[in-house]
Amino acid sequence: MRSERLTRWLVTAPPLIFMLVFFVLPTLIVVAASFRYPGEYGGLAPLVPEGYTLETYRFFFSDVIYIEIFLKSLWVAALSTGLCILLAYPLALLITRLPKRWRDLMILLVVLPFASNFLIRIYAWMIILGPQNGFSLAVNTLLGFFGIEPVRLLFSPFAVIVGMVYVHLPFMVLPLYTNLERHDPAWLDAAQDLGANAWQRFWKVTWPLSLPGIYAGSALVFIPVLGMFAIPDILGGTGDILVGNLIKEQFLGTRDWPFGATLSLFLTLIVLAVAALAMRFSRKRLRHA
Amino acid sequence: MRKTSPWLWLSALLVCLFLYIPLAVVVVYSFNDSRLNAEWVGFTWHWYQVLLHDEEMLQAAANSIFIAICASLIATTLGTMAGIAIQRYKLRLLPVLTITPVAMPEILLGVSLLLFFIQVLHLTLGLLSVLIAHITFCIGFVAIVVRARLAGMDESIFEAARDLGATPWQTFRLITLPLIMPAVVAGALMSFTLSIDDFVITFFTAGVGVSTLPLQIYSMIKIAVTPEVNAVSTLLMLLTLGMIMLATRFDKSVLRGQG
Amino acid sequence: MPLLELRNVSRHYGRLSAVDNVSLSIEAGEFFTLLGPSGCGKTTILRMIAGFDAPDTGQILLDGQDLADTPPERRPLHTVFQSYALFPHLSVAENIEFPLKMAQVAASERARRVRETLEAVSLSDKADAMPQQLSGGQQQRVALARALVNQPRLLLLDEPLAALDHKLREQMQMELIGLQRDLGITFVFVTHHQPEALALSHRIAVMNQGHVEQLDEPSKIYAAPRNRFVAHFIGDINLLDCTLLARENDQLRLAIPGLGEILAPAHTTAQPGQTGAFAIRPEQMLIGDPAQHRDLPNRRDGVVRELLYSGDVTTYKVELANGLHIQALLANVKPGLVQFFEVGDAVSVAWPADAGLFLDA
Repeated sequence: MRSERLTRWLVTAPPLIFMLVFFVLPTLIVVAASFRYPGEYGGLAPLVPEGYTLETYRFFFSDVIYIEIFLKSLWVAALSTGLCILLAYPLALLITRLPKRWRDLMILLVVLPFASNFLIRIYAWMIILGPQNGFSLAVNTLLGFFGIEPVRLLFSPFAVIVGMVYVHLPFMVLPLYTNLERHDPAWLDAAQDLGANAWQRFWKVTWPLSLPGIYAGSALVFIPVLGMFAIPDILGGTGDILVGNLIKEQFLGTRDWPFGATLSLFLTLIVLAVAALAMRFSRKRLRHA
Repeated sequence: MRKTSPWLWLSALLVCLFLYIPLAVVVVYSFNDSRLNAEWVGFTWHWYQVLLHDEEMLQAAANSIFIAICASLIATTLGTMAGIAIQRYKLRLLPVLTITPVAMPEILLGVSLLLFFIQVLHLTLGLLSVLIAHITFCIGFVAIVVRARLAGMDESIFEAARDLGATPWQTFRLITLPLIMPAVVAGALMSFTLSIDDFVITFFTAGVGVSTLPLQIYSMIKIAVTPEVNAVSTLLMLLTLGMIMLATRFDKSVLRGQG
Repeated sequence: MPLLELRNVSRHYGRLSAVDNVSLSIEAGEFFTLLGPSGCGKTTILRMIAGFDAPDTGQILLDGQDLADTPPERRPLHTVFQSYALFPHLSVAENIEFPLKMAQVAASERARRVRETLEAVSLSDKADAMPQQLSGGQQQRVALARALVNQPRLLLLDEPLAALDHKLREQMQMELIGLQRDLGITFVFVTHHQPEALALSHRIAVMNQGHVEQLDEPSKIYAAPRNRFVAHFIGDINLLDCTLLARENDQLRLAIPGLGEILAPAHTTAQPGQTGAFAIRPEQMLIGDPAQHRDLPNRRDGVVRELLYSGDVTTYKVELANGLHIQALLANVKPGLVQFFEVGDAVSVAWPADAGLFLDA
């Protein structure tokens, strides 16, 4: 029994200690830093004699712009999630209808672009949406027919959304496919047998039963989009600032670390709330499915 | 087999085009004999030659590979332990600790480590800080893959080994390790890929002293876009593609683990 | 006019012929069973009637109307699936309400019909339960209720009892018979389990490799199988290769190699010289001491080689003079009083001249 306990300790301790030191402790430091004053030359001011303060929290609520940026980030995350569901659903549904040996191949095809570096994937859209490129020219020619002024596609909110959807789409396809693949084909047969047409079969059977997959996928898209700074940075214009850009700016630009820490903390709380919500919904559904 | 509506086929096809055209564009323009990513002029290897003579890029690549090798070795060791501990001892804290950093927006781990390294450890940002950061987010992925492999196995084989006289260490070395080896190798390959690809966390923990491939690509995209970026992107894509293929050969669950 | 009619229906999958030129008529109010081994085409026929599969050639008519252009959701018939296919996200009551909603029945009417149907299958207390919380037998009854709630013309049942254990299976058989009789709805039942088919059906179509081998009432199928396949598939039977020697009045004289001549009833039109098999059920064989049954025309000596005691009856495997084995059944009416034989005992087996039959196919 003693060797048993020793083994257990030897296996558990190293990863546990590593994560406590390099994940839990830094997270606590962020909480502490949000209650400090900024240093004269950036970073944090010395604890003695400055001490702790609620200054950064007061500052956050003093200007409506910060809350607006949070709301905008939530909106962008929601919109990206919605578009991902729209694009992922037909693809995932089609893959489940393929013969078994084709399915793994198709899933691999969906995952592969996702395996390339995400900067490259964003950069690809820089090329495509660039003003001299065929796609931009085609869109503006089309708009011209309707007498609409040419638009700039790159460095716009549109480009940001496209980038967000493109980068996160596989996160939606995979859980959705995993869910749809477990559906018993007899459910659809039964629904049809009992009088449901194609439309009713989708909305009364397939869709409600796929909700756990939708919730899981939505969490996997919504959360990273919420904190993303690189895509607005590269594809967005000067005004397209999200929470991630704001945090990055505090740490690497203006070097107001306490405020950066406060923003991170708010972001963390929102993420936890979203995750808890997604888990609750999918668990409620899981009892059924 | 139910009949599949042609609309479903059409929309799925469009989504596939949406997935692949951008990457194809990058690859095609890497061979384009023009400074602009606008129209096709002619075929050239020029940008690959430029790449091979770009000292900064080569140094960044060397850094990336060094960090990726070290990070994957250490993260695989710790992650394997975590995976075993989670499955065997049904711990509640460890899975939360290893998986949360993976599930949070990357920027949060980036800034918290930046604060921690500078304010608490008084560490000069560089190779070491990047390495630690990479290990932190790789452990979770390895733990998931290893645990999944263990979960699919009959636990009584480990009891049988003990029953037949093996010590815990012998059981691990002769039974557990050989059985989970495919998952361990897959986890290592995945860690390597994640590390060499990481941008956000590296961005916060690298400081000014050290650059990696993604950091280099980022600054090129931000400052001056030349088709050299296409060339390095194409090579990096080939590398990640190879690693993923290799990892899936060892363990199918890698595909799911990434999602 | 029959309720449902199949006219020369064929269905091929690649080179495999699942259903080969099948014609049959099912009358209103009938309990009709498609019986056969797996892969015989019975499920394909059921799926074609339901509309999930379509015949390559031939027609399926309901009340004289060709169903070819009617999709499954518009056919006035419902299926009880082998896996039950209950919707896991809907409660028991919601599952049963589903077809009523599809038929746009008014809400108050829906509630009433669901309540009545739940009562009919005695599941009123489970209305709000989710399907996964029910036992196999209860799920089975929900599937039945769901398929019956809007009174289809025809109910198709695809091996619905296969997943149940023996006791529950017998109980559900009783309930099915009762339901069918009370509701008067036509049942088309698919099974590979022959005692079930015999117990439930008004008529049975025995299928093999896409053909209907015999279509008859259960008692006829059992007592007078048309060919070797049916004889072999339904119940236990002794099949002895033989040649028809002569017809004498209402009797046949058969020659069994190594056993000599026997007498059999003349059921067929076969002519002398034809080869075939003599088929006789174990329970028609009388087994006794070598001295017994001397009055019967068909009588042979043999030795008991194996015996299988199953409580109500004992099955003896007896080796005859030419090395042939035949089975004979002895009912244990008064255990202890009836004579028993042991392995190795010399016995005689005998049967009357009107027992058994000659199969020329």
